[in-house]
Amino acid sequence: MSGFKKLHALLAGAFLALSPASASEPDPQNWDMVLAEAKGQEVFWHAWGGSENINAYIAWVGEEVESRFGVTLTQVKISETANVVARVLAEKEVGRTENGAVDLVWINGENFAAMKRQGLLLSSPWSTFLPNYQLTDFENKAVLTSDFTEPVDGLESPWGTAQLTFYYDSASSAFVDGVPPASLDDLEKWIEANPGRFTYAAPPNFIGTTFLKQVLYGLVDDISVLRQPADKETFDLVTAPLWAWLDRVQPNLWRSGQVFAADTTNLKTLLSDNEIDISMTFNPGEASSAVFEGLLPQTTRSFVMDYGSVGNAHFVAIPFNANAKAGAMIVANFLMSPEAQARKSNEEIWGDPTVLAFEKLNAEQLSYFDSMASGEATLGIEEAGATLSEPDAFWSDALDAEWLRRYGAGN
Amino acid sequence: MAGIKKLPLPSQLGLVPILVLILLLVPIGASIITLIGSATNWHGLAGVFSIDGSSFSAVLAAPGFAKSLALSFWIGLFTPIIALLVVMLFIASFNNSGGFVWVWAVMKPVLAVPHAAAAFGLLFLIAPSGFLVRLVSPEISGFLRPPDWLIVNDPAGISFALALVVKEIPFLFFVTMAALPQVDLRRTKIVAGLGYGQVWGWLVAIFPAIYLQIRLPLFAVIAFATSTVDVALVIGPVTPPPLSVQILRWMNDPDLAKRSIAAAGAIIQVGITLSALLVWWLGEHLVMALARMAALRGWRFRADLFVRIFGATLMAISVGLVVLGIALLVLWSFAGVWRFPSSLPEVWTFKTWFSQMPNLLETGWRATKIALVSSGLSLVLVLASLENEYRSNIQITRIAWWIIFIPLLIPQIAFVGGLSVLFLKLGIDGTLWAVIMVHMIFVFPYVYLTLADPWNAFDTRYLNVARTLGKSDNRNFWYVRLPILLAPVLAAFALGFAVSIAQYLPTLLIGAGRQPTISTEAIALASGGNRRLIGTYAIVQTMLPFIFFALASLIPKIAWSNRQALQATRAGK
Amino acid sequence: MNIGKENIVMNKENIVMNEGEKKSQVLQRGLVLQNIEISQNQQPLLAIDASIKPGEVLTLMGPSGSGKSTLISAIAGFLPNVFTCSGAILLDGEKITELPAQKRKVGVLFQDTLLFPHFSVLENILFALPPGGSMAKRCNRVLSLLEDISMAEFAKRDTDTLSGGQKARVALVRVIASEPKALLLDEPFSKLDAHMRDSVRHLVFEEAKRKEIPTLLVTHDPEDAKAANGRILSL
Repeated sequence: MSGFKKLHALLAGAFLALSPASASEPDPQNWDMVLAEAKGQEVFWHAWGGSENINAYIAWVGEEVESRFGVTLTQVKISETANVVARVLAEKEVGRTENGAVDLVWINGENFAAMKRQGLLLSSPWSTFLPNYQLTDFENKAVLTSDFTEPVDGLESPWGTAQLTFYYDSASSAFVDGVPPASLDDLEKWIEANPGRFTYAAPPNFIGTTFLKQVLYGLVDDISVLRQPADKETFDLVTAPLWAWLDRVQPNLWRSGQVFAADTTNLKTLLSDNEIDISMTFNPGEASSAVFEGLLPQTTRSFVMDYGSVGNAHFVAIPFNANAKAGAMIVANFLMSPEAQARKSNEEIWGDPTVLAFEKLNAEQLSYFDSMASGEATLGIEEAGATLSEPDAFWSDALDAEWLRRYGAGN
Repeated sequence: MAGIKKLPLPSQLGLVPILVLILLLVPIGASIITLIGSATNWHGLAGVFSIDGSSFSAVLAAPGFAKSLALSFWIGLFTPIIALLVVMLFIASFNNSGGFVWVWAVMKPVLAVPHAAAAFGLLFLIAPSGFLVRLVSPEISGFLRPPDWLIVNDPAGISFALALVVKEIPFLFFVTMAALPQVDLRRTKIVAGLGYGQVWGWLVAIFPAIYLQIRLPLFAVIAFATSTVDVALVIGPVTPPPLSVQILRWMNDPDLAKRSIAAAGAIIQVGITLSALLVWWLGEHLVMALARMAALRGWRFRADLFVRIFGATLMAISVGLVVLGIALLVLWSFAGVWRFPSSLPEVWTFKTWFSQMPNLLETGWRATKIALVSSGLSLVLVLASLENEYRSNIQITRIAWWIIFIPLLIPQIAFVGGLSVLFLKLGIDGTLWAVIMVHMIFVFPYVYLTLADPWNAFDTRYLNVARTLGKSDNRNFWYVRLPILLAPVLAAFALGFAVSIAQYLPTLLIGAGRQPTISTEAIALASGGNRRLIGTYAIVQTMLPFIFFALASLIPKIAWSNRQALQATRAGK
Repeated sequence: MNIGKENIVMNKENIVMNEGEKKSQVLQRGLVLQNIEISQNQQPLLAIDASIKPGEVLTLMGPSGSGKSTLISAIAGFLPNVFTCSGAILLDGEKITELPAQKRKVGVLFQDTLLFPHFSVLENILFALPPGGSMAKRCNRVLSLLEDISMAEFAKRDTDTLSGGQKARVALVRVIASEPKALLLDEPFSKLDAHMRDSVRHLVFEEAKRKEIPTLLVTHDPEDAKAANGRILSL
């Protein structure tokens, strides 16, 4: 480093020490500093590794941040984000305030709430100051600022949005005229008429928990009760119709409910193997993606429940003791860039919807999104219907526990 | 040796047993203490000394606990019984026949297949959308879609048991064959002359003599069966899963309270394993008493044709399942479109291999590095221990054998779980060397087990002669003993390598996700059910130990191609 | 001493049938070896044609390696695959050549007594008794057998604690207890101390005579042949 640059760094460092951000946490408002600090860092990104498409996409991200910013990105494939929370918590317990194993974590919902409440994230807001954050649709999309009713407060950076979507083969004889059961009543009748052809993922896997929430939404009288935690009595009262519905369909589930699917990839494989007729996912573009891959037939289509579909956003967060905080910020920012977002929503690659607002993009940025056409299996905006926002994080954990008690132990 | 003064030990060699003890006992002891502390909420020396059983009651109250416990227990006892029975029936029936050499040749590769890969292969074979059903569909079965049969992941654990049995059989086979040379097989002629049936005669005359030797490996099998996590994740029940899987879940739960529950569960798991061992021990006495009664009454059991055919059939089926399973893994790795009910892929492709190659290479290489070092270091320790025994003229006691075996008798989930917490506190978790060290704890017993018999069978008179020729002990070790024992040494290394490659839980927990190996990747893919990926990773996981087993057989043949006497020297035979 | 008129010349090159003696008679009782020819990899090893009456001891003498033990294996029923055996073996009029070893009712005594170490003396013999009878009856039978050789007090003993001679006696009782129809002795006395040999030899041959069991003794020790006091064939 030349003498002048050293001086510059020294001054910047002094300035940083006076800024609101803590001394060890990079200040995203000073982006040049962050870039300089990130160069040469190795970022360990703990992200769900159960989908090859996503892993391939993350590998591409790694290549890009390496060549552009000199950041080495390594994906640590995990099966449950809760495990990462446990890990950071364990590190905090033993007093490891730096050099943590986790630099960046793909997270949302109850896991984010757990990390935030237990002080496992960075101490001050950072994501809202990332350069690319301004391109996101944070004004209009509430899911970007309120994560399962927990305020994001700039402690996690948006990556994509999601909506519970079902998909099926419209050419299959199980569906009359190719019409899927799009209401809870229809679904229940369909399951009865087609025993062994429907299943869901076992909670606490995220798609399993979401399915429970989805059904609950369709059966509950007053959805406002889901916006906050509840005591045991209320919980039992509110969820009674849910367990009744599940009890009714249980004998006609795939494998008679003795075995459940493990995650969205498993559900996709089961559909592809013709073991089940209806699958579900968080990614509205997943069906088209699978068709493009040749995994599912061209006649695959998606559908949502007629009363609305549980939707949320997913984020990346940085733990308080991350080793490569600057590098992590670089990655988080890159993930929100038009180029990365466009590639992500490309159904030939992944198909995950973007968090960006098209109105805010200039012509060049928009051009990244040009080459993409939605597959036949992807629902259009109107067909996608209303979004049901996620209930309070309490409900996720409570539903998981109760489900486990009722169905997860072989009763 | 009379008249030759014992040469002074190089001081380093005498340290080796101490090193080994440290390696084996200290981590185990430390992790058990950690577990107990966590389970009883004991808050250390500085804090409040309180012990409470709340974690234990939480475990007992957990949904499905009784079923998980029963599952672990019955699997742990049932699978070794079946495996032992098949192996004994088979060896009793066919030991003298010419085809036996052929069986040996087939068994070796089967032994090299990692547990998880064998389980995957079985999964692809017997699942309702698997190969067997596809073979008969739709022509015979009429199925156009996979039937909704509960075969794999069945709650009773039968497919789980099957996956374990097909791997336990080759292992017990090898251990038995290794023990056989110590028995005078002419006993079978005596009992034949006394009019006893072939199988029963063998069981009465030979089995008691070798049983004591195969007992420890059998106990290791029981311990593994009661507490395995990786095979359970592939093909075991899910509602509820065996206790070991449940413990893993609790361990990774962000809720702090679950941590102590996991520790309590781990202690209960140790209890289950010990109980299974106890029941087995009692069973030994029962069986012995019954057999004795029959033998002393002179019951001949000559009509054993059915039994012999049965034993041969079961053996053939078990080997066939593994071999066929591996073949399926290969098929799936090259499969493009392969929809039910096609028996063979409709489209073949290299796509899966190409797309996964970088990750396969990275994780495969990491696994190889770990395995080479842990097996290599273990081998060095074993050789040093054995040589130390020779030079100081000590006979390894029964207790020492048990100590060596302890890592194989304590459930991994308990021991590695406690260790990972310890490593986290020490700040060494996630490092490559931490993983290697923990691997060594499991590799060492297997290497010792494989090398001990051939080592002891070595005619020490060669060394006496060498001494009289004025050569030092060190020289003799390198120039006399090792060259002659080349084949068993390489075989022991290959086995240690295979054991390390297959390790899942230690790599996962100690490596903190930072050290993905081919085995952790393969198990992680299990839940998704993507057969193409699973096939690819499982094949690589199997190939790695294969290569070393093949090398272990080949190198001595080449090195000693013009030395007839050394051709016959092979570990265990 | 009875040196039989028949001489069988055996060598690996050519087979010479016995001369001067009539062919083996098919006996109603006793062991008959009819035109037995044993070859190894197409190479003839030995040939024999003889019959042994009940209570008679036929001694086969020859140096080591001449195939004596192989003959024992062939008659007992565990001939290794590298050997082929042609001809017929008849025991008490029944052809046993095709029968598996356990059905032949042919008892064998080896050089090594091979007493089962996990059984006591009593249990070794109990094991050999044919099935049937209550445990009490069986034990009494064994005890009386042991008494016959004055070893009743050794009944509960660990076989490992016995001397060579004692082991040999127990081994004999064991094989006799199984009520064999023929007895094959594969140099059973060679590992005994010289002073033991006489008494054990005497015991064995007495038993064979008493129980009227046709016995084939294979040995290289002429003293054994002398004590057997029967026909001698030389290899």
